[in-house]
Amino acid sequence: MKKRVAAMLAATVMLGTFLVGCGNSSSSSKGTKHTVAIVTDGGGIDDKSFNQSAWEGLKAWGKEHSLTKGINGYNYAQSSSDSDFSPNINKLIKAGYKTIVGTGYKLDSAITTAAKQNRKVNFVIIDSVIKQKNVASVMFKAEQSSFLAGVAAAETTKTNHVGFIGGVQSDVITAFEKGYIQGVHSVNPNIKVDVKYVGSFSEADVGQSLATAMYNSGADVIFHAAGGSGSGVFTAAKNLRKNGNKNVWVIGVDQDQKADGKYSGGNVTLASAVKEVGTAVKDLSNKAMKNKFPGGKTVYYDLKDNGVDLVNDNLSSKAWKAVKEYKQKIVNGDITVKDN
Amino acid sequence: MFNKTKLSAIAVPVMSVIAGFIVGAIVMLIFGYNPIVNYGSLFSGAFSGAYSIGETLRDMTPLILTALGFAVSSKAGFFNIGGSGQYLLGWFAAILVTLKFHTLPGLVLIIFAILAAALAGGLWSGIAGYLRAYFGTSEVITTIMLNYIAFYFVNFAVKNWLTAKGEDSSANIPSKASLRTPFLENLTQNSTFHWGFFIALLVAVIVWFYFNKTNSGFELRSVGTNEAASRYAGMSVKKTIIVAMFVSGILAGLAGGLDGLGNYQNISVSNSLPQVGYDGMAVALLAANNPLGILLAALLFAALSIGGLSISVFSTTPTEIVSIVTASIIFFVGIKYAFEYLINKFLTKKELIKKLNSAKGDKKA
Repeated sequence: MKKRVAAMLAATVMLGTFLVGCGNSSSSSKGTKHTVAIVTDGGGIDDKSFNQSAWEGLKAWGKEHSLTKGINGYNYAQSSSDSDFSPNINKLIKAGYKTIVGTGYKLDSAITTAAKQNRKVNFVIIDSVIKQKNVASVMFKAEQSSFLAGVAAAETTKTNHVGFIGGVQSDVITAFEKGYIQGVHSVNPNIKVDVKYVGSFSEADVGQSLATAMYNSGADVIFHAAGGSGSGVFTAAKNLRKNGNKNVWVIGVDQDQKADGKYSGGNVTLASAVKEVGTAVKDLSNKAMKNKFPGGKTVYYDLKDNGVDLVNDNLSSKAWKAVKEYKQKIVNGDITVKDN
Repeated sequence: MFNKTKLSAIAVPVMSVIAGFIVGAIVMLIFGYNPIVNYGSLFSGAFSGAYSIGETLRDMTPLILTALGFAVSSKAGFFNIGGSGQYLLGWFAAILVTLKFHTLPGLVLIIFAILAAALAGGLWSGIAGYLRAYFGTSEVITTIMLNYIAFYFVNFAVKNWLTAKGEDSSANIPSKASLRTPFLENLTQNSTFHWGFFIALLVAVIVWFYFNKTNSGFELRSVGTNEAASRYAGMSVKKTIIVAMFVSGILAGLAGGLDGLGNYQNISVSNSLPQVGYDGMAVALLAANNPLGILLAALLFAALSIGGLSISVFSTTPTEIVSIVTASIIFFVGIKYAFEYLINKFLTKKELIKKLNSAKGDKKA
């Protein structure tokens, strides 16, 4: 028994070293191929949000250049806690990946350190700014898509009263709120906008009670930027539709939330203000591949390049037309959306 | 020849670990992944090269301490489920002290921060000890509840006292207060390995000494074995309960402090309680609360988590497979009676055969 265990251990050690060796040599010999990997910020690559969007973008990029998942292609490393960030990044570097994407501002300090230690590797940080020569920072003009959400809400409301529910009050989320209010008021300055914050991104029950109170006080459209707490907003809207016969709507965030709004009698999702993290990942991977990596720069994604957008889920044709008109105005620079 | 209890004390954890790996391998085979390749990258991910070893030892550090904390309380017969909350408070206290007293010289600052971390954890767990000693309140319930209070309090405090507006993590601690040093970074190819590891090793030896060589440690164990008998023997059971819970919390707080100063270098608003408090319970369970066994068990768990990250880097297998292996190991430790039963059966059979044989021999003679 003991001998067998020892033999097995020895075999794994040998195999392990062999694998590591082969990984390094093959990645350096095929210098022409570009390899990209993402490190998640705690959520998995199936989080229906940020990480998933990034991973889907990377998969699409890999497919475009006929690469496969794994070494010599594209890959992801999942972090189950903050202390996994550094080991994940370093493992990917050692495995020969040339561009490493950190999805989310939580990876800020881990990427900063790794970028100092590995000058030849490209790094991308999303939703944060790191000023180093080999790091490209990606920021989204979420206030622009939120502005369009405001237009959609203003064009839809029958009560001249709409709402906004945010996750945690911070610069990132305040940009959603301010853009939304500006959008609502540019259609009709007399519409009342209620603003509430849950204080968390993962408390659906609080989101639900805030939304129910808001709907009951007369608001009929709520835009949420509250991550997981936002699912409570959908629950509240569905309940009011089913039991109260109130014609209420939700505007989703980050990705198309049409599926979240579905219930037996219809759908409560009016539109979704999406943030195309995947587009950004794909775009920067391509740039890195062509040796045009924007290291040291901050890349903004906005309505113009479809980095942010409003997706039509159940808008009336009149409202959708207005959204498209305003979108054109923002793209042309006729309207400037403020983020605070 | 065989000392049955000693044998099963070593054999049961080893068998649990092997069984856990076998279950993991079966799961991988079912889903079409190659277990040999994956275990290979797990092993090399944890131990090949100075970098990997550095990360594994760094990951071990808080596990050793939270496990020791759990071991101290459970030797006295109590389940301190509050390791996570005590760890978090320790982490918070260490960062708070370093940021607020940043003008102090480096070594003084580090010692001050570590003491604050240990004290924060100890006092927090001491609350549960006091309630248990004087009111008989179940420490399982109070420590779980104290976990949540610690969690929401730390989030509130970090958000309101330590972060700039619109941010959700504190500033980094000054490098003079860091437990990471250029020497260790050069030694381990820029890993996050830090001096806290050696502190944890030292503490493990101290706890071993405390259990086995001191009066207080003896009282602790005897209260854990039989509370009524200990009282009859003239020991202060109340005092022992409070001391046990206090020491247990000190160790968990220390884990948080060392992780804060060595690994994270700052503190952020967190979404959930840190997992390391619960992992420490699993480590202590696998090691049957033996301080030296805890070192080995912590090494195993750290190797699994650091090596496990390599699985999805070097293959298409999802990292969740590692969680299955870890969970299976804990599961098999949990049903250790099954293994003990098997060992006993095996041994008694052997002894029986031997007796029969010798009896036959006697007859012949």
